[in-house]
Amino acid sequence: MPEIHNYTLNFGPQHPAAHGVLRLILELDGEVVERADPHIGLLHRGTEKLAETKPFNQSIPYMDRLDYMSMMCNEHAYVMAIEKLLGIKIPERAEYIRVMFDEITRILNHLLWIATHGLDVGAMTMFLYAFREREDLVDCYEAVSGARMHAAYYRPGGVYRDLPDQMPQYETSKWHNAEEVSKLNENRQGSLLDFLEDFTNRFPKYVDEYETLLTENRIWRQRTVGIGVVSPERALQLGFSGPMIRGSGIEWDLRKKRPYAAYDKLDFSIPIGINGDSYARYLVRMEEMRQSNHIIKQCITWLRDNPGSVMIDDHKVAPPKRAAMKDDMEGLIHHFKLFTEGYCVPEGEVYSAVEHPKGEFGIYLVSDGANKPYRLRIRAPGFPHLASMNEMAKGHMLADVVSIIGSQDIVFGEIDR
Amino acid sequence: MMKNSLETLRTELQERFVDIPFKTDIAYNELTIEVSATNLFQVCETLRNRFDFSQLIDLCGVDYSQYKQTDWETKTASSTGFSRGVNKDINKEENDDPRYAVVYHLLSVKNNQRIRVRSFAEGEPPRIDSVVTIWNSANWYEREAFDLVGILFDGHPDLRRILTDYGFVGHPLRKDFPVTGNVEMRYDPDKKRVIYEPVSIEPRTLVPRVIRQDNRYND
Repeated sequence: MPEIHNYTLNFGPQHPAAHGVLRLILELDGEVVERADPHIGLLHRGTEKLAETKPFNQSIPYMDRLDYMSMMCNEHAYVMAIEKLLGIKIPERAEYIRVMFDEITRILNHLLWIATHGLDVGAMTMFLYAFREREDLVDCYEAVSGARMHAAYYRPGGVYRDLPDQMPQYETSKWHNAEEVSKLNENRQGSLLDFLEDFTNRFPKYVDEYETLLTENRIWRQRTVGIGVVSPERALQLGFSGPMIRGSGIEWDLRKKRPYAAYDKLDFSIPIGINGDSYARYLVRMEEMRQSNHIIKQCITWLRDNPGSVMIDDHKVAPPKRAAMKDDMEGLIHHFKLFTEGYCVPEGEVYSAVEHPKGEFGIYLVSDGANKPYRLRIRAPGFPHLASMNEMAKGHMLADVVSIIGSQDIVFGEIDR
Repeated sequence: MMKNSLETLRTELQERFVDIPFKTDIAYNELTIEVSATNLFQVCETLRNRFDFSQLIDLCGVDYSQYKQTDWETKTASSTGFSRGVNKDINKEENDDPRYAVVYHLLSVKNNQRIRVRSFAEGEPPRIDSVVTIWNSANWYEREAFDLVGILFDGHPDLRRILTDYGFVGHPLRKDFPVTGNVEMRYDPDKKRVIYEPVSIEPRTLVPRVIRQDNRYND
């Protein structure tokens, strides 16, 4: 009988299940993975280096492009770091708007995750359902910032502008006649908050639908139960955070443990898993979507009752109103200085972290007192998760690698930076 | 309350490490300790085993060589103006201060505490002990710090480049590495392969780096 050797398989970098540009060198014994060596960096854009060459505000759009599935959460960590160094306190309304959009982002991210994870494991329908709901939420992004993904909506000192009073509506075109358009616009008659409220009322039912499709599904369970098991001790050792550490049964959520923005005033709970396998992480994320929905509802109520400013009144950091800039000499000077040179941030170093949909997203900012960061370090949650690939995949079948990548919720924008 | 717990932690650390010199600082509600490279491993081990810092949240290299150096001296600014004022060589002097630091961010899930440990790596190339055996998550972080800043980690099992291209030369996050990079790549139809050439774009400064003397934030 001929001797059978291990053989090496190159997976990616262009593979639909690699969630971007992941190159995996897999050493296989038959179909069993002996060793997995991820090669990353194919999407490395040097964000940290670029941020050192730009005034603070000009790096906000780069933050959107890190984890391009949870844009506003990335911005949140970055503007929080600057605010900490500047020592400014933002208006409460801005805090609630940030929390609301953080949670919208979390739902957006988890929907994309369930869509692609489902697709990888063979549940095509999930993809179509999840993108139907994402459409409504990216419309909210568009309504406040003008962009459906890369919003650049959070600014040091608050948010760029207040929520719109009128939700943008569809117009008739050669694809949609007046009757269809009026149907599409049914829930867009009021403000953004009305539209969102309608969404939050519909959404729990959608999650139920997803769960009907997956939770008890035999194929789904065969592909996820017992796959990629991580014990709590190993999860700590490997630097896990977010749903990955909660899936392993450790109750750790920055929104509860170190509340930022308005999270300490809101009611929500933290789901944790028991077994630490792909299925546990799936259950955790599904429940997180329901909790996010609950938080958004509370924010809507608060925002309706409390109109006010969404940006601090310090024109050294926040630009003056357009009208003030035209009338007032001081306003003009502030505007000019802010958009040419930016503002100087006092010397010091801070680490600010948010509970990002994927885990702990942190910004370590070193400032030497200049108008640009001296060093900006981005702590991406996906980085340690992917680093554990070898350990999680060892001993599993080749097809399970795909399920593990899916349950890690990998996005290369943040890992490669 | 938070401040007090950091103060308590600082006192406890000082009691624990009586024979190891280290600096501490509490700023922005964060505790930083600075230890020498020789004591780093021992301190990290104690932090994990005695103080429950079970997670290494982040590890990164910092190049301090141009700290507090600007493109544009604001004191003489009005007489020089923007474009004439931008001078890349302005006071980029060498000094003997240690250049490369490794910064560790630790998290204690049990006590809900964070601590930052900074250690300057000596020599060229700078070397420091690896902490992979203490926290396994350090593996990729140290590879990244090696790749981008060029710090060597003694005892690392597999110190390869991680983010840059195969065969990349240089360490991009060093301050003397240009933002434009050193080489550019294109497909050569004659040679029928991708070739590397020196970059053809000029580095330029759109917004000069300035440090304003601002007294508003002083206490």
